[in-house]
Formats: sequence, C-alpha cells, structure tokens
Amino acid sequence: MEKPDDHDPAGPMHRVKLEIRDVAIRYGSTTAISGINLDVRQNEIFGIIGPANAGKTSFLKSLNRMNDFDAGMSVDGDILFDGTNIRDVRNVYALRNRIGVVFPLPVGLPLTVYENVAFVPRLRGISEKAELDVIVERCLTRSALWDEVKERLDSLGSLLSGGQQQRLTIARALSQEPELLMLDEFSIAVDPVTTMRIEDVLKELKSEMSIILVTNLVQQARRLADRTAFFLDGECVEIGETEDLFSGQVEDSRTTDYIEGRFG
Amino acid sequence: MATTDIAANQFLETDLNVNAKRTETLFRVLFMIMAGLLILPVLIILTTLVVKGGSIISFEFLFSHPTNGMTEGGIFPALLGTMWLVGVALLISVPVGVAAAVYLSEYAADNWFTRAINLAIINLAGVPSIVHALFGVGAFVIFFGFGTSILAAAMTLAVMTLPVVIVATRESLQAVPLAFREACWNMGATRWQTIRRVVLPNSVSGILTGVILEVSRTTGETAPIMFTGAAFFIPVLPESVFDQTMALSLHLFVVSTQVPHVPDALPYGVALVLISMVLLMNSASIALRMHLRGKKKW
Repeated sequence: MEKPDDHDPAGPMHRVKLEIRDVAIRYGSTTAISGINLDVRQNEIFGIIGPANAGKTSFLKSLNRMNDFDAGMSVDGDILFDGTNIRDVRNVYALRNRIGVVFPLPVGLPLTVYENVAFVPRLRGISEKAELDVIVERCLTRSALWDEVKERLDSLGSLLSGGQQQRLTIARALSQEPELLMLDEFSIAVDPVTTMRIEDVLKELKSEMSIILVTNLVQQARRLADRTAFFLDGECVEIGETEDLFSGQVEDSRTTDYIEGRFG
Repeated sequence: MATTDIAANQFLETDLNVNAKRTETLFRVLFMIMAGLLILPVLIILTTLVVKGGSIISFEFLFSHPTNGMTEGGIFPALLGTMWLVGVALLISVPVGVAAAVYLSEYAADNWFTRAINLAIINLAGVPSIVHALFGVGAFVIFFGFGTSILAAAMTLAVMTLPVVIVATRESLQAVPLAFREACWNMGATRWQTIRRVVLPNSVSGILTGVILEVSRTTGETAPIMFTGAAFFIPVLPESVFDQTMALSLHLFVVSTQVPHVPDALPYGVALVLISMVLLMNSASIALRMHLRGKKKW
C-alpha cells in the first residue's frame, strides 16, 4: 500500500483533496454563490450547512463539472482536485467517475438492484459475472442494504422504498470506488432509523475517502462533520472545526444564530 | 332531537345546489354522447364492410391472382405488395426517425439549428400526401433514378411518416425522468451510455406507439404510391425493391372506380382486408405495448 502522505509535515489527515479558490457561480445575471474559498482534506467529512437558496447544491454541481450540462450555469474561479484544475481535465467522465454523488431524492435507476450497482463496473468493462457479483455484494454490504435485498437482487431498484433506494444510491456511488463522496441532503426522504444507519456507514467510509456532506440538519453536521462551513445567501460565512462552531467559538455571530435556530 | 335536526338541516339542498347538480348532469351526459359518437363511424364502417364484403373473403381470395380483367379472382399481389411497401418504409423511417428524435431530445441545445429542425418536422407533417407523391416522383423516381419501384414508393412513404415517428419517439424519450440521466452522468457515463442503458430501454413502449401510427397510415395511403411504385395491374409478383408492385389501397381505388363490371362484393372485400390488416397490426402492437408497460419501472 503506497502512502504518499507519510512525509507530509501536516500529516496524512491534513492532505488537501480539493481546493476551492474564489469560486463564483452565476445563472445568467443571477449570482448563486461567490467568493468561495475552502479546502476539503483527505479522509475528512466536510459539512456544509445553510438555509435554502444558500447555493449549496450549485456548489456541488460545479465540483464534478455537471455545469457542462447546464448551458445557463457559469462557474468562475479555480477548483483543484488532487492539485489539478478540473477546468483543464479533458476526460471529464473520468473525473466524475472519481466523485460519487448522492442526491436529496433517491434515484434508483429503472434497472434491477443488481444492475444498479453493476452499472459503473460494467462501464469500466467488467463483464464477468463472478467479478461483478463480488463488487455488488461488497458495495451493498457497505451501504447497509445487503441483508434487505440479497434475496431480490433481480427486482427493480426504482421500486424499493425511499430509504432503501437511498442506500442503493450510496452503494452505486461506492461502486465507483470514489475518492470524494458528495451527499446533498441525503436524509430528506429517508426515515430516521435509515438516516442513522447511513450516518454510521459514512463514519466508516471516511477512512477511505473525503466526504462532503451538505445538510439542512445542523445536528447531522454536528454528529458527522470534522469541519463545517456555513453558507448564507451565496456566501461562505464561516469555516471551522465543527466542535468550535457548535460550542460558540465563531467569528461571525450569524453562524451561531443559524445553528441555534434563530433564523433560516 | 333538536340538535339532530339542525345537523340534518345543514345538508339540505338549496336552489343553488339543485341548479348546480342539474347543470353538472347536463354537461356530463353531453360530453359522454360526444365521446360515444366516436364509436359510431367505426361501427358503421366495419358493419358495412363485413355485411357487403364478408362473403367474398376466403383463402382463395387472399392467395390468388386477380383474373378476368380484375373482376374475378383474388388480391394476393396487392396484399403482398402492401406488405412490401410497409416493410421497406418502416426499415427506412424507423432508424432515421428514432435517431433524429434521440438527437433532438438528448443532444440538441436550444439554438437556431434545433428550432429549424423542429419547424421542418411540423411542416413536413402538414404537407398533403399528393404533394409528397410529386416530391417522390421528382426525388426518388427521377433524380435518384430508382424508377417507379417499391423502393421509390417506400421512400416516399417513409418521408411522409417520418414526423409521426420523430414526434412520438421524442415524447416518449422525454417521459423518462431527467433525474435518471443526471444520476448516470454523475457517475461518469457519457450521454450515449446513458441513452443506451437507461433512456432507450424505458421508452420502447412510446416508440412503438409511433410505429403503430406509422404502420396504420402507411398501409392505407394511396396518393404517395400511385405515381412512385404502385401499379394498376401486374401479372407477376415483385422480386426485388426495384420492381413495381400492386398495392391494396390502389387496388381498392381501381376496382371501385376504374374497372367496369366488377361484382359489388369485390371492392368491399378489398376494403375489409385492408382495414383488417390495420386493425391486426394495431392490436398486435398495442398488446406488445401493454405487455411492456405492465413492467412499470418507476
């Protein structure tokens, strides 16, 4: 196992995975977010909290260049993934492949449970059943879904319950073997028990990847995130260690106001 | 029991209520009659055809050649010719139409080029069939040099029915939720991988609808084929797409108006066969579509 971080004076925990420099996103003449500067480190859960319309979802879309599909959306500034500016990435499919995304509303593709998880491996040219079987079982197990679906891998993924579909989405993201996992309010359509199970999954996954967790639930950020950023009206108001933010050690009083539910 | 009375009184009908109910009934019945009227022409046509032409239908009628100046014998060359024309037209228009619809729905940005294509489709759908016929003569018979042949006639039919296939395919592609596409794109799938693995398999039933409509239309069309490839009478069967052929629709026209001393039952019989072909193909396709739709995916 190669460990390029061993000689990093900051230690492997602080190696930067993703650098965001002066990023602004506009839809026509409307600015969604501007002046965003932040780093996401290796093996951390980076929380983003903030009220609706703070630009959180637009921000995630810019990170894997999904803005390419949206002619009205323009991204300024630099986004560096492992030090490479993603604007210069020719093979954008490979970039997206290294980044897993989980949406607010679970999207089980209209394929079988099995094929949902085998989708990316198949795109990568893996066609041997035995090999796919191993990947599917591993990903479903890690997303805490295997026990519930192992008897019906051939039923449709889009017909599972909401909580199961969300875990299926996570299993699918894991099949990409992502280096960065982005979750956009994953618990919005998921029952509390499943939410807790997914949160446990995320804590384990942290050892292998970086995770960006956008959430409406400030307590979820508190439970999971190592560091948290507070977005408000298209700006990043504050970034800090999650514990600091929640214990009132903030630079901007609006952060505490939001965390304590005084607005938003 | 005073309280019960009050409660009951609250639901007594006022004049306004009575009026509203009466109007409601009036309109419901009116609309129902209008909808019901639709069945009438179908019933009348089918009944007439069966009563007047049913007697002539036989194995012999379907599978033998016309004889005695087309006043006797069967319709086999015309029946076979219609199948040729429909088949070849489908082979041309389905791939072209589906590909065009995939482009318009999945790739095209909203710009002048796309708008021009959309305008062309709408206008193509509005062109009268006799104009298509003349276009077919100019383009396929003369310019491409196919002569009056199955190929020229089928290509004319294909051009004419292309808008139906494109519109139906595009609509069924767009019925597949955008979220599925975005999920695939986010995983690093290209547009084509997304289309092939997720979008197309889930829009087959809608595409079939387009094909059904096209088949029905193609089977009955007369004008576009009468100058481009369908013949009045040919004693031999076509052997390739470069031969002329007889066709049911033109044959119906011919035996109804152009040939003297045709027995009454003959044209009705031809019409009955023609309409049965359409109904048969439609039901087969609808059954297939229901079968596919029964496997609801989301």
